[in-house]
Amino acid sequence: MSDTLVPQIPVSNAEPVRRVPTDWTTQAMQSRIRRRYASERRFRFAGLAAVWLSAAFLAYLLFSMVSQGASGFVETRVSLPVDLAAAKLPVEPARLAGRGADLALAGAGLEGTVDLAATKAFGKDGNELLSDGAWAVVRDAIKADPSLLQRKTVFDVPVSSPIDVAAKGNGTRDAEAVVARLKAKGVLTRGFNAGFLTAADSTDATRVGIWGAFKGSLLTMVVTLLLAFPIGVLSALYLEEYAPKNRWTDLIEVSINNLAAVPSIIFGLLGLAVFLGTFGMPRSAPIVGGLTLALMTMPVIVIAGRNAIKSVPPSIRDAALGIGASPVQVVFHHVLPLALPGILTGTIIGMARALGETAPLLMIGMRAFIAAPPSGLNDPATVLPVQIFLWSDQVSRGFVEKTSAAIIVLLVFLLAMNGVAIYLRNRFETRW
Amino acid sequence: MTGILVQRFVLLGLMGALAACVDQANGGGAGSRDQITAVGSSTVYPFTTMIAEQLVANDPDAKAPVIESTGTGAGMKLFCAGIGAAHPDIEDASRRMKASEYKSCAANGVHDVMEIQVGIDGIAFAEAKNGPKMQLTPTDLYKALAASPGGKTNTARVWRDVNPALPAVPIQVYGPPATSGTRDALAELILTKGCEASDPTAKPLATSDPDAHKALCTRVREDGVYVDAGENDNLIVQKLQSNPNAIGVFGYSYLEENKDDVNGVSISGVAPTYATIADNAYPGSRPLYIYVKKAHLTAIPGLRNLLKLYAANWGMTGPLVKRGLIAAPTAIQARSAAIIANETVLDPAVLK
Repeated sequence: MSDTLVPQIPVSNAEPVRRVPTDWTTQAMQSRIRRRYASERRFRFAGLAAVWLSAAFLAYLLFSMVSQGASGFVETRVSLPVDLAAAKLPVEPARLAGRGADLALAGAGLEGTVDLAATKAFGKDGNELLSDGAWAVVRDAIKADPSLLQRKTVFDVPVSSPIDVAAKGNGTRDAEAVVARLKAKGVLTRGFNAGFLTAADSTDATRVGIWGAFKGSLLTMVVTLLLAFPIGVLSALYLEEYAPKNRWTDLIEVSINNLAAVPSIIFGLLGLAVFLGTFGMPRSAPIVGGLTLALMTMPVIVIAGRNAIKSVPPSIRDAALGIGASPVQVVFHHVLPLALPGILTGTIIGMARALGETAPLLMIGMRAFIAAPPSGLNDPATVLPVQIFLWSDQVSRGFVEKTSAAIIVLLVFLLAMNGVAIYLRNRFETRW
Repeated sequence: MTGILVQRFVLLGLMGALAACVDQANGGGAGSRDQITAVGSSTVYPFTTMIAEQLVANDPDAKAPVIESTGTGAGMKLFCAGIGAAHPDIEDASRRMKASEYKSCAANGVHDVMEIQVGIDGIAFAEAKNGPKMQLTPTDLYKALAASPGGKTNTARVWRDVNPALPAVPIQVYGPPATSGTRDALAELILTKGCEASDPTAKPLATSDPDAHKALCTRVREDGVYVDAGENDNLIVQKLQSNPNAIGVFGYSYLEENKDDVNGVSISGVAPTYATIADNAYPGSRPLYIYVKKAHLTAIPGLRNLLKLYAANWGMTGPLVKRGLIAAPTAIQARSAAIIANETVLDPAVLK
């Protein structure tokens, strides 16, 4: 034992020497303090700048998308007088009620009648002003009110894509001259483009709609959620609550962590080989897209779920077991409800990633032109991000605003999905 | 309370998952298909989609065709993988099928293929409106873009290096990637022509040593002068606007649509216009094809109608021309229409 550890007995009555307090006023000390404060300020400034920079990027993205895309929800229309009585379309009124109405009106030459009305109203190239879908607007109006066939009526029909773009101030010189002429006549109006929210893909920018891709995304996400959520949660529960700790479970844990980091295109190749190749499932179908994305989302849910379950205090389990609950009751009555908010957060992250995913879907053929929305899980479909990608590659200028408008729809979808998840999380949230 | 709720929640999810599995067991499979599927070139894609749209507009009961733009090469692989509902009916091609591709088709049982030329496309060279107003020849382009013109590594940095008559503007070309049919056309129509014009030893190489010919004539340099801009041709147009010295390579329809923003670059004194591409005066014109499996004509409803619609629309004043297609000469139109009417299959001996 060394002397120093033995308490020293004061040998004299003299006061021990008091430590001189730090002199903060000296030159050296002041400069050290200044340096410390400066580095503190620098760090704070750097942190704040990082936050501002990311906020500025987000604001720029939102601003540019909304400013470019807002006009995608608006269409330009031209007032077109059509004399249906004079055209004497050979259509029996009885056929206008049933399913054959479209065919009957098309067969009777309604399209030609509308083109003729346009040439009469706007000169030789008048029919060039109208969208390919203009006559369909007239057709639908006649179907709603067959008495129009006996009258001369002024219809507001959509204009062709170049004229539409020019009316929004971004067109070619020729088209802008035409727009100026039409504006002088006062026949141009603008209105909400309802077709954009209800139609599917088209080759004409004035007729495209996002509903086909939206529904495709919806179906794909439903399949993904229904597969990935229960399987992911059950795996997490088993691994945390029941699995013995041995080399097998370690191996599984490492594999799941690795799986969460695998690039998404690999899952696409897997889907192509397994679901299309081995099982012979249909190409371009939401069911295959959902299965592929579920494979991608599952590891994220398992990891988030395990962390959430781990953070439930053991005292809760012990208490439940102590008053006689069975292990299943412990899990379903106590552990899972308490872990659910964390699991849901993981699920949101996984689903948001799946919603924005294009790469694996390209491999299984969901990058296609499909002119009708899917009616089931096996129908060919495309999804929102792929639709955006397809439109960005279109030749026609009219697609620029449609691409931005589709991005707005995707962002709204994402917000809605997150909103639901946050609502569910708050509903199940428990504090202790 | 919440416990029971959660239990229900999980049970519901499980039931849903089961339902999804049952659905997949019933509906999947390669049995039959009632919509047309097409794959292939991004250049032919806008035309086939337009015809598909007309098919649906004319017959409300028709199922909407599924058209994928995969590039000609990748599309050929899918097309040739076999006969049956799991394989596409139509291949859009921006070049002719190769003999090797036909062989792989035949190996998988795809023997009877109809080859239909739907029109012409030109690969157009373009620059920004305020660009240097280039006048190029295939030889200039070959010397500027080939990896090893004349067998030596390409060191040309400015256009004056390849031809003293050209301005001292840096060579910068945005073009399609190697998987694109447009790139094949660039290699075949422009680079090979320039190569054989500037190097007399090149022509015999094509038959005696095709690999050496490829390395000499069509390999494009990879030192950043030729920028691979992906399949997105709109992107190339945007890049040209921001970089007035650059030259872009894309299909003629993009030039037509953006003629306010970019100028066509004359090749050997011929500007890319509808007329010069249609009469073959512009060196970058190439035929566009669709390939159809004869065995699918009866099996897939609407396939015959789709072909008829194509034939009805590819004329000089037809809607496809408004979309940017260049109509084929009337003799070729008549031949293609006859192929559709008689369902004549392709003779593999004519392929290269």
